[in-house]
Amino acid sequence: MNYIFYGLILISIVFGAITGKLSDVVNAILSGAELSVKVAFSLIGIMAFWLGIMKIAQECGLVKILAKLLTPITKILFKDIKSDNEAIGDIAMNFTANALGLSNAATPIGIKAMQELQEVNKDKTSASDAMCMFLAMNTAGFQIVPATVIAVLVSVGYKNPTDIILPVLIVTTIAFVSAIIIALIFKKLWRVQ
Amino acid sequence: MVSILNVISLWILPLIILTILTVGLIKKVPIYEVFTEGAKDGFKVSINIIPYLVAIIVSISMLRASGFIEYIGTMFGGLFEALKVPIEVLPIMIVRSLSGSAALGVFSDIAHNLGPDSYATKLAAVMVGSSETTFYVLAVYFGSVGIKKFRYALVTGLLADFIGIVAAIFVCHFLV
Repeated sequence: MNYIFYGLILISIVFGAITGKLSDVVNAILSGAELSVKVAFSLIGIMAFWLGIMKIAQECGLVKILAKLLTPITKILFKDIKSDNEAIGDIAMNFTANALGLSNAATPIGIKAMQELQEVNKDKTSASDAMCMFLAMNTAGFQIVPATVIAVLVSVGYKNPTDIILPVLIVTTIAFVSAIIIALIFKKLWRVQ
Repeated sequence: MVSILNVISLWILPLIILTILTVGLIKKVPIYEVFTEGAKDGFKVSINIIPYLVAIIVSISMLRASGFIEYIGTMFGGLFEALKVPIEVLPIMIVRSLSGSAALGVFSDIAHNLGPDSYATKLAAVMVGSSETTFYVLAVYFGSVGIKKFRYALVTGLLADFIGIVAAIFVCHFLV
């Protein structure tokens, strides 16, 4: 990120100087900074509402119920891990929390799952197949309702922001399933030396 | 077809909210208090991302003002045009795997500058909404247990991100 940040600003100033748009570039600093705060403030209301609803889902045990329903699938994906290992349940919980957009709740559970996977890992400095599968599921970022994106759309006056829920759901599902398939393929190809 | 899909999109949110509130009430959770408790986090989360948004939105605004994005557009314009992808979403494709707040920043910049009706805004929304920051996830989780060799975890994450981008382009082309 350091190089990207530096690169963006360097290119802007040098390119702006060449094209004679340097004054526009300077003005963009001011308008950009203002826009950032506007965006953050427009997020507050919707994020507060969504996280409030999700807190209820957590408190009433709905997250746990969903995680339990997913456990059989988790067992199939993590064949190397004994089914009585706590990691199986934690992975299901982590996935459910992420799917609901509760990343603050998902991360601690995910770290706990990683620690449990590390205990049964043979080489403590190298990722096990189970870890790679778990993180493949995580990096694909399966999410049912993209609350922040909807909030930004609302702030620019988008008429029906919920229109994007289904397209996002389709794309995120495709990415998620691909991630699992790719991880399974690599598991076969990428043997531990 | 599109109208049925819009109806599904419309119903997902109300159904989730109603289900959660109903289960909460049945399980005798003080839903009002718990709601307000959770809502406080919304404030924190939104305020906490301001520094990241400033960094990204300012630098992207500068880049746009310098004319560089248009310049890249004329270089790769043919390719993007053939795929029916607006050049404005290119920064999202690059930054999506690196930083979630950066992707959100670029998306906000697009949404505010090109407006709610532009195809670029919709495509950017789908790309950002369906992504998770691969590098961040790997750093946090592998860092937490001291794993140094990621083996195929990074390649898997990046390939899935790429598939996500392609899927977003296709899905938006047909649905939005």
